[in-house]
Amino acid sequence: MSAAGQHPAVDADELRRRVRDLLDAHPPATTAPLDFLRARFDAGLAWVHYPAGLGGLDAPRSLQAVVDAELAAAGAPDNDPRRIGIGLGMAAPTILGFGTDEQRRRLLRPLWTGEEVWCQLFSEPGAGSDLAALATRAVRDGDDWVVDGQKVWTSSAHIARWAILIARTDPDQPKHRGISYFICDMTDPGVEVRPLRQITGEAEFNEVFLTGVRIPDSRRLGEIGEGWRVAQTTLMNERVAIGGGRVPREGGMIGLVADTWRERPELRTHDLHQRLLRLWMESEAARLAGERLRQQLAVGQPGPEGSAMKLAFARLNQHISALEVELLGEEGLGYDDWTLRRPELVDFTGREAGYRYLRAKGNSIEGGTSEVLLNIIAERVLGLPPEPRTDKDVPWKDLPR
Amino acid sequence: MSTPDLLYSEAEDDLRAAVRSLLTDRCPPATVLLEAESGRAHDIALWGALGAEMGTAGLMVPDKLGGQGATAREAAVVMEELGRAVAPVPYLTSAVLAAGTLLGCDTDQEPVARLLGALAEGRTVGALAVPLSTTAGAPGPPTATVRADGDGTLSGQVSGVAGAAGADVLLVPATGADGYGLYAVETAEASVTVEPLTSLDLTRPLAAVTLTGAPARRLAGPDRAAAAIGRALLTGAGLLASEQLGVAEWCLTETVRHTKERHQFGRPVGSFQALKHRMAALWLELVSARATARYAADALATDSPDTPVAVAVAQAHCAEVAVRAAEECVQLHGGIGMTWEHPAHLYLKRAKSDEIALGTPGRHRQALAGLVDLAAPTG
Ligand SMILES: Cc1cc2nc3c(=O)[nH]c(=O)nc-3n(C[C@H](O)[C@H](O)[C@H](O)COP(=O)(O)OP(=O)(O)OC[C@H]3O[C@@H](n4cnc5c(N)ncnc54)[C@H](O)[C@@H]3O)c2cc1C
Repeated sequence: MSAAGQHPAVDADELRRRVRDLLDAHPPATTAPLDFLRARFDAGLAWVHYPAGLGGLDAPRSLQAVVDAELAAAGAPDNDPRRIGIGLGMAAPTILGFGTDEQRRRLLRPLWTGEEVWCQLFSEPGAGSDLAALATRAVRDGDDWVVDGQKVWTSSAHIARWAILIARTDPDQPKHRGISYFICDMTDPGVEVRPLRQITGEAEFNEVFLTGVRIPDSRRLGEIGEGWRVAQTTLMNERVAIGGGRVPREGGMIGLVADTWRERPELRTHDLHQRLLRLWMESEAARLAGERLRQQLAVGQPGPEGSAMKLAFARLNQHISALEVELLGEEGLGYDDWTLRRPELVDFTGREAGYRYLRAKGNSIEGGTSEVLLNIIAERVLGLPPEPRTDKDVPWKDLPR
Repeated sequence: MSTPDLLYSEAEDDLRAAVRSLLTDRCPPATVLLEAESGRAHDIALWGALGAEMGTAGLMVPDKLGGQGATAREAAVVMEELGRAVAPVPYLTSAVLAAGTLLGCDTDQEPVARLLGALAEGRTVGALAVPLSTTAGAPGPPTATVRADGDGTLSGQVSGVAGAAGADVLLVPATGADGYGLYAVETAEASVTVEPLTSLDLTRPLAAVTLTGAPARRLAGPDRAAAAIGRALLTGAGLLASEQLGVAEWCLTETVRHTKERHQFGRPVGSFQALKHRMAALWLELVSARATARYAADALATDSPDTPVAVAVAQAHCAEVAVRAAEECVQLHGGIGMTWEHPAHLYLKRAKSDEIALGTPGRHRQALAGLVDLAAPTG
């Protein structure tokens, strides 16, 4: 992937030295945040395991924590990773793995600094869990592809500059084989984004209509017809993306409820006490499992625990937020705000319990449903036999829809 | 709080491999079943090989006192393997609870050091005479049901003691004119009766201990006895989580193996999604159970101030995971899971007994409430 071995000597001390050089040349107090982020990228301190020249130094991934800690201590601005999560977590590793040098150089820097937001045009009204059944067509026309179709539940499409897009380029092939992977410019003619109001009242995701959108062939990632393989990289990274920073005890949703419990003894009941203790204990167990996963990654033993963590947190968030609404009793009957808003990120802690309760319902649907993740664990981790398939060798155009 | 090490070290992996290979040879399920039916308190030959020859009996005892000088981290790995094999050996009762109690006494005293050395060597088997159901981490030491008389003898009864049958020495908490204390009693004395009970867990049988003027040696007085017993129970509970993890792992592995091979309706039953999801959910619970068990072991090994929380979380979590895994194992094996020949029942019995041993999940959650400031409602 990268020019491995080019910087064999990049260790923690070397990184600390480079961080000091960066801070000396661009003191955070007097440098505009964006300028600082650009300089950080150029110094190879954005994601240290990326190749030199692309924001990294070919250093071990585990050393990123050293850089982050030093920069945080110096009060350096961050790139708002939650706002650009799709770019960081999914687009970037896919571009790194499958992009041309030119694509990597053009796209990765503004992606990392947050100047350009990314979205993911994968799901369609007729293709969710069965993503490979997608129907959006891309037809070759000279040096371009002409794309027609509809995508749905596209988070951040309203603020995105770019999208990763999968579309069908050969309907005569079985569904997994006729797909290609593109980078779509969201400002191009024919791209229409409509807010899709959701359960919480806001419109965090969108419908995206693609009508005669022309995408130059130079913005294809991977070979024609190999898009499903490329998409696997994206989806794998989507599930691992949670392994980010360390969480302290009570760092997640459980902390909010625990604080309410401590501050408002009049709300306590015996039944809620039992449930709270159980959820506190399970949150701590999930936190420790996440910590163990990070330790495994750091010593180069990536395990399948990534999907485990997503499942565990989805369930916990739902149970904890449900308990919180109940604990609040009369207050739980209220809601903070039903105004149709178009937020730039999911803000669990900035809003009230009712919002958390409703938004957490999406945790077991977005990024692969819990049912589908359980299938993946059963088949890939435990090696249990797959379900019988009726769609495997049938051309996509002949599949029942 | 420093970052705990939740992984296994190379030395721990080596220890695991050695213990596992011994257990694979000497303690297959059929042997466990025969042993359980034999009426013996434990597998004497196996304990000789594991405890004495391999040196696990003194794993947590410092070198200078005749042990291996390892920590709870290594002991936890042994417990995982013993759980995976439902091995009928007195590791928890002698090497963890009895030796652990002695470690909390004044080891400069000759009788304490000598007994500890004997237990560490694995030739002498000890047991702490408290009911196995005693909750670790509860405030105060377990109430003594035995009376220490002025003439240096003990009288009274202790019920439900694990490892008492088969033990050479009992460590008995007793109260007398000198207050709460810890005493050593030889089971060979005529005034000591150890009556085996018919136990739910055939592989870790309980016994009722009756002392009628049994000659005893005082090992610790009120200043140390309670703390020593408390710490040993906490260590036992923390390590029991690793045993529960081992039990759960065997159950899941065997269930996956069986459902891949067993065909019904023209397919392996393991290809039915209703079953796959249950097994995947169990795997998920094992992932977090392992993290909590490792954390408890690491906290005990480093004497972390967070140890009581770590142990309560690990016990409350792993106990339930082990029981669920064993119950799923029986259910997903169908009819064969209900048979005496199939080992599933041995694991269910161990898991269910372990759930009650050293404090039920509910009691550990209750303890947690106090430890992390989540008070119960008043009134
Ligand atoms: C908040 C949110 C944000 C999202 N953001 C994006 C985005 O930015 N970009 C994007 O492309 N997509 C996005 N999605 C879409 C998401 O990836 C899909 O919703 C998801 O993959 C499920 O697909 P579906 O909605 O079509 O449900 P379906 O696939 O129709 O599933 C319906 C039900 O059937 C179950 N099911 C389906 N197949 C199986 C099976 N084989 N075995 C057992 N059960 C099964 C599912 O688990 C579910 O319960 C978002 C979704 C949400 C909720």
